[in-house]
Amino acid sequence: MRNYLALMLFMIPYISLAETPEEKGLAIAVEMDKRDTGWVDSSNDLQMILRNAQGQESKRDIRLKALEVDGDGDKSLSIFDTPNDVKGTAFLSFTHATKPDDQWLYLPALKRVKRISSANKSGPFMGSEFAYEDISSQEVEKYTYKWLRDEMLDGQEVFVVERYPEYEHSGYKRMLTWVDKEIYMPLKVEFYDRKDALLKTLTIHDYKQYLDQFWRPDRQEMINHQSKKSTTLLWSNYKFKTGLSDRDFDKNSLKRAR
Amino acid sequence: MKKIHQITILTGVLLSPVIKADEWSGYAGIELRYFPENALFEVQDHNINGSLLFEPEYYTAWDEARQSFTFSPFLRLDQQDSERTHFDIRELTWLKAADEWELRVGIRKVFWGVTESSHLVDIINQTDLIENLDTEDKLGQPMINLALIRDWGTLDFFVMPGFRERTFPGIEGRLRTQPRVDTDNPVYESAAEEKHIDLAVRWSHYIGDFDIGLSHFYGTSREPRFVFGVNASEPVLIPHYDIIHQTGLDIQATKGNWLWKLESIYRTGQPTVNGDDDFIALAGGFEYTFVGVFESAVDLGLVIEYLFDDRDGEASTPFENDAIIAWRLALNDEQSTELLAGVIFDLEDSSKFFNLEASRRIGDNWKLEVEARLFADIPENDIQFVFRDEDYLQVTLARYF
Repeated sequence: MRNYLALMLFMIPYISLAETPEEKGLAIAVEMDKRDTGWVDSSNDLQMILRNAQGQESKRDIRLKALEVDGDGDKSLSIFDTPNDVKGTAFLSFTHATKPDDQWLYLPALKRVKRISSANKSGPFMGSEFAYEDISSQEVEKYTYKWLRDEMLDGQEVFVVERYPEYEHSGYKRMLTWVDKEIYMPLKVEFYDRKDALLKTLTIHDYKQYLDQFWRPDRQEMINHQSKKSTTLLWSNYKFKTGLSDRDFDKNSLKRAR
Repeated sequence: MKKIHQITILTGVLLSPVIKADEWSGYAGIELRYFPENALFEVQDHNINGSLLFEPEYYTAWDEARQSFTFSPFLRLDQQDSERTHFDIRELTWLKAADEWELRVGIRKVFWGVTESSHLVDIINQTDLIENLDTEDKLGQPMINLALIRDWGTLDFFVMPGFRERTFPGIEGRLRTQPRVDTDNPVYESAAEEKHIDLAVRWSHYIGDFDIGLSHFYGTSREPRFVFGVNASEPVLIPHYDIIHQTGLDIQATKGNWLWKLESIYRTGQPTVNGDDDFIALAGGFEYTFVGVFESAVDLGLVIEYLFDDRDGEASTPFENDAIIAWRLALNDEQSTELLAGVIFDLEDSSKFFNLEASRRIGDNWKLEVEARLFADIPENDIQFVFRDEDYLQVTLARYF
């Protein structure tokens, strides 16, 4: 938070004057972050539907808990309920803005907690079309920005902002983001691979507002243009400020997460 | 009745958003082992062995999931080896978690350690060796475990009444020593025998990129030494369980694509044939992962570890001055296809132990696992010599629920 505040103070003189596209892009990102700050903690359910090029589906059920951390990335705990052979597997992640995330995996068959490398940012999450970097918490400092244009998307006024990953091991050269001007949430993202070829398109649907402030989608659709595979994320059971603490996000809680 | 029913519904409604109520999960499977070579002894007259496996688990939680109860029995029915047909309670535990402590009472499995090729530090549970040579299958251990959770780390205390004997193949089983291990007549150093109360303490913490564990165990050694004996005029190996002290250290440094790992133990109280009463053993090395090789989602990891035991030729392990090189392949596909292939080779003699493990989900609920183990160029004085004709291929198909 402190960092963003400093950034904002720094930008005040510029907002009224002519902004460069980079400044405007950053200002939009800071505003998105500001509007989505203060949820404290959250929990929700996630169903992932994976589709291969032939249209065959498989499903994964995950429960997620997250804790907002001031001045750093969030902490999150993911608990896998299906497929049945990975039931009880749990994933603990402390995300950081620019330095590598801390990640641990609990393997219930061996009762083993494994610290794992977070260098696999570009790797698929649970065999889906979402990479680890797509689902981890979005911090302002993770990218540099450039506002491209304003336009209409499905009847909504949007900013079109280009983002460039500043962290190591990203699978992307850049992302194009369509940001809803009213709620300051992304409606669509195009991911370009390191060779700058269009890799994936994400569309985000059915935003609902919680606690009169925070917007969360019910559904996300990711299409991989190169592999022709796709993944649907169905989000439900959103809860905020449920009283979670650091203690719910440590190696001990990982071992008993169910 | 009606009242009770209403209360149940009410509690169910109150709890349901927070926790799932009670549930059964687990798997049932069939395992086939194929030994291409005939066994050394006629009594082991088979090249194919079939097994049925069943491991359900019951779980229930209450008190906003701060308390839970888990029950997990295990059953194997083996076609050829009556010793391998066995039942165990893997878990029967009550857990209470508070802000600064966690208490667990019952039968459990606990894992300590970081290395891939051996598990030196891991001492709480007895190895269910008859399940698999890799020592990763464990028997349930009765215990009281209190964990203190503080800013400076987690301090675990264990009180373990009731020792579990290591399992070994029966006379008809493959992958056994000659003579066989006589599990009916173990010898204990302690007069309390298997009722000796074992104690352990472990501090574990993470500091930046480092995960550290420091432990001490006092009690009955999980690893027996063997003395020659006779059972009904048949020569046998008698397992001898000493009272030991063992201090263990495990460290992992996670640096980008590198995982640096070290495990070391110092054990006293378990004399070798030479009369040495103490020894040091260590395992250490690294795992480096090449993320997204061949411009795909595939991760390829290289594991190199060194294994040392200062008992040398007297060591109860064949890996007293050995190295492992292994490749780990994760396709990161929908079926979670994974493969680990490697070789452990002795740095002093020619012996090599090849190992391959692969697994893949089939549909949503089935899993196929393949395992192959090969003993190559084993010299006569190596303790693996008795396994020279025991190469095998194993296929397991399990249905998870």
